[in-house]
Amino acid sequence: MKKFINNPEDVVEEMLEGMAAAHSNELRRLPGWNVLVRKDAPVTGKVGLVSGGGSGHEPAHAGFIGENMLDAAVAGEVFTSPAPDQIFEAIKAVDSGSGVLLIVKNFSGDVMNFDMAAEMAAAEGIDTEQVVVKDDIAVENKEDRRGTAGTVLVHKIVGTAVEEGLNLQEAAELAQHVTSRIGSMGVSLSPSTVPASGKPGFTLADDEMELGTGIHGEPGMERKKIQPADTVAEELLDKVTAELEVKSGDDVIALVNGQGSTPLMELYIVYRKAAQLLSGRNISIHQSMVGEYMSSLEMAGCSLTLLKLDDTIKKYVT
Amino acid sequence: MELTTNVMKYWLVTADEKMQTHKEYLSELDQAIGDGDHGHNMARGFQVAAENAKESTEEDIGALMKAAAMTLISKVGGASGPLYGTAFLKASDKWKGKTSLSKDEFAEGLEAAVEGIKTRGKAEAGSKTMLDVWTPVLDYVQHHDIAAPDVSAKAKESMEQTESMKAEKGRASYYGEESISHIDPGAYSSYLLFEALAEALDKEEA
Repeated sequence: MKKFINNPEDVVEEMLEGMAAAHSNELRRLPGWNVLVRKDAPVTGKVGLVSGGGSGHEPAHAGFIGENMLDAAVAGEVFTSPAPDQIFEAIKAVDSGSGVLLIVKNFSGDVMNFDMAAEMAAAEGIDTEQVVVKDDIAVENKEDRRGTAGTVLVHKIVGTAVEEGLNLQEAAELAQHVTSRIGSMGVSLSPSTVPASGKPGFTLADDEMELGTGIHGEPGMERKKIQPADTVAEELLDKVTAELEVKSGDDVIALVNGQGSTPLMELYIVYRKAAQLLSGRNISIHQSMVGEYMSSLEMAGCSLTLLKLDDTIKKYVT
Repeated sequence: MELTTNVMKYWLVTADEKMQTHKEYLSELDQAIGDGDHGHNMARGFQVAAENAKESTEEDIGALMKAAAMTLISKVGGASGPLYGTAFLKASDKWKGKTSLSKDEFAEGLEAAVEGIKTRGKAEAGSKTMLDVWTPVLDYVQHHDIAAPDVSAKAKESMEQTESMKAEKGRASYYGEESISHIDPGAYSSYLLFEALAEALDKEEA
């Protein structure tokens, strides 16, 4: 293991200290908790948005704190869900009396811990709603799909909507609606190493790639010989468009996400092909995003996410 | 048979010792079909729960176990924290105000724990999870006079049976057929917990 760390046990704490120091104009840390909140939280009259999960996916989620985005992000240990008391602190810190929407990636640990935090909030009279993002189409059963880079689109769109005054119930419905129209698919070239274990999460041969790998290295759909970027982009795009039933005349947001150690150069090469194909199919890209949004430590690879827009969602795409 | 506050404390302390001893093995099991941190997470949580239990002057078994539950919930993390935490929390509610438990009272708490795990994890026995140890142990406790060696044997046998099951819950489920021929890490840590219970019972009788 070759990493810029001091001690594997301290990585989350030290990362949070660094984030709070680097972005003190935007956010602050709740003393004693692994929670970063918007500097001006709670924002009066606004529904609070809280997300979070295991660390190792930076900039998710703390990097998305700010106006029109999240009010708080809760950081668990690397690739491990945060505990309910941490999430509950975040909820309390951002509730202005308008309630709090929890945006959760679909992993059993995250779902259970956020559920418990919601129960703790209810016991203290704070209203919460939850949306569980299940955008990873590499998993066949829809209910079992993992939450991946598409989660960031939910942060952004619902973040804008609550800033414009949607109430908790409306925000939850919008979040659910947005989530149902997002699909993502990843492809990996090499694994990540969790600092505490010091060993790579899986192994891939030098000439292999894995289609559908999860953001913590969960096994994907198939392994095969590495293909040129255009072939990879086409395969990802075909799978996602088929799943979302994107057709001629549709508008989408297209996101090419880096998994941690894949250069932007490669992400743009993948995006290029995806954009060409979409254009050829008369699908218009309303907004594009290329970069690291939901990384997986130093995993190499990328994912493609599409959000199929409609008029309801477009109102909040800025 | 009576389970006193001391037996319950000893249970937590012994469980911690076992989690520490088998930390690496548990994480290895988890490496095969999960994310490889189960042993470290359990060890971290039980260490604090056991330290608190040792220092506690609490006589009320319900309060003692509730404190352990809250510690597990906040220290274990991942999916195991809420599952083990909920189990102890539900049981503690049944044991509230008691300084000694009859076999039936113990079974009542264990039953609440199993129900709690099922609700929290939206799971049933047979999906290659900790429930595949908790459910048969509960069934044994409900229908027999508790004998320490039998509790341990029942937990062990149930844990071993998870090896041939296919995972249908949690991260292991992403491995599909490949999850077969691996022991479930949550079932193994549950086995350790009940082995610790057996030792606590033995110590009390001795």
